[in-house]
Amino acid sequence: MFAQQLMNGLMLGGIYALVAVSFTLTIGILNFLNFSIPALFMLGGVVSCALLAAGVPAVGAAAGALAATGLASLLVERCTFRWLSTSDPHIPLVSSLGFLIFFENLVLVYFGSDAVGYPSPFARASVKVSDLTVSLPQTGGFLLALVLVALCYVLLKYTKLGRGLRSIAESPAIAEMLGVKVGWTVSSVYLVSGLLAGIGGILFGISYLQVSWDMGSEVALKGVSAMVLGGMGNVWGAVLGALIIAVIEVMTIAYLNSEAVNVFVYGLLLVIIAFCPRGLLGDRVKMAERM
Amino acid sequence: MSGYALQIGAILCVHVIAAYAAYMTLAAGQLNLGIAGFMALGAYGSAVLSNAGWAMPQSIAGAVLLASLVGLCVSYPVLRARGIYLTIATLAFSEVVVALILNMESLGAASGLVVVGHLGFWPILWVTLGVVALVVFLASTRFGLCLTAIRNDAQGAAVFGVRTRRIEVTAFTIGAALAGLAGALYAHHFSYVEAQRFNVLLSTYAVLYTLLGGLQTPLGPLVGAALFTLAPELLRGTDEWRYVTFGAVIVVLMLLRSEGLFTRSFIHNLMHRRPAT
Repeated sequence: MFAQQLMNGLMLGGIYALVAVSFTLTIGILNFLNFSIPALFMLGGVVSCALLAAGVPAVGAAAGALAATGLASLLVERCTFRWLSTSDPHIPLVSSLGFLIFFENLVLVYFGSDAVGYPSPFARASVKVSDLTVSLPQTGGFLLALVLVALCYVLLKYTKLGRGLRSIAESPAIAEMLGVKVGWTVSSVYLVSGLLAGIGGILFGISYLQVSWDMGSEVALKGVSAMVLGGMGNVWGAVLGALIIAVIEVMTIAYLNSEAVNVFVYGLLLVIIAFCPRGLLGDRVKMAERM
Repeated sequence: MSGYALQIGAILCVHVIAAYAAYMTLAAGQLNLGIAGFMALGAYGSAVLSNAGWAMPQSIAGAVLLASLVGLCVSYPVLRARGIYLTIATLAFSEVVVALILNMESLGAASGLVVVGHLGFWPILWVTLGVVALVVFLASTRFGLCLTAIRNDAQGAAVFGVRTRRIEVTAFTIGAALAGLAGALYAHHFSYVEAQRFNVLLSTYAVLYTLLGGLQTPLGPLVGAALFTLAPELLRGTDEWRYVTFGAVIVVLMLLRSEGLFTRSFIHNLMHRRPAT
């Protein structure tokens, strides 16, 4: 029982981790809490679901969903980033909230308010390991999430693009002076962050076989909490936070009841922020001061 | 006025007070996403007091006192964090309050709580006008000036002798009290409260009204809340598309008027023929 729940928690944590890293990229580098990420997560799930239902093969459906989230993310970038450096930090926040309302209700119009079954090509494939039931799509999703996060880390740490990104995190003006193509680099942050959220949405559909227009909100709240728990702008902190939160959530549902989940998850978060206001692993890119 | 118009009016008033609750902390440069939590405290506090036999004004006052005390206690640890951390801390606080209520059988848990007594539209309107007057007055005092100074440059303000921490705690507490008031009025207007109503979306909308209206003047939240409560009602004819339109309007508005609708130069242009430079 305990081992099974622990595994379920880790699987859920993989999805939270993707969303948390998606948040942490725009926060750590651009100092911008992107409220449209729940919508991008939802678009990944819903668009792939619609394409699969229309008979498109799995690879095509995934590609189509990622193209949709990528385009949506770049659209958000056009309307938010330009204002980040110039004025009040709250303005891009409001714009991204506007996008959240826009996308969610657009899907609501076309998709209806009920949760829709996800026509996953893998369905409920699972194997038995002693008395554990291991869901294959969930395990695959979890491993994919870890690989993607690791790739993000490598991208940030070792590539030219990553160096550009980190220099923008320090100071966009100086980065531009030193020859970093700020506009292009920023677009790529939005693209990567949007794609991570979109992949998270697809994995959610494959793992839990259900998508709906408001699937993003709850997951994104947990994702933001995970990011803060681990320390903003810190990729591995986001993963650690996501796994902790998901395991607490699953354990609470298993041993107490589902109403008590938020007491423990957000209670822990509140205590952590009160006693170590920079998260468990601290923010490596110290961006918070500028806020 | 018809029953429908009175209902919309009462909701509008609650939104206006909630927007001012968000405005108080935003005016000091911090984003508070815990409005819904304080509203829940106010709503359930006043509901319990009213059901225990208190008269309505006393129970509402008691609920406001409760919300501001909790706000004061929470503000100290929460204001240790800055920026996004503070925002998430207030969000977490709000979620904890709602989750605790959902787990308390004595408060009706998930099925909600029936409130004794009903408050009509007109008293709510008078209270709302009082709140607007209070915030406009506060903005004209030294306290209001300090808020603006902290929002623009906290370190600079501290150098010039502004006690930033004390001002921030005061603003946060007043915000909590206003949110509690909004919750208490809401509970007594509908004579029924359920904890699920006080979710993140409610806090987000309160902040949204304030930022869309503009932070520059204390009338911004009023304009923002009024416009964005009434606009979806006017768009009711377009039915399911109205929130799509609403989202698009927000994005376009922020592109065109990033300081909010009701800015100082806008007021200047209203009063004088020559535009402000």
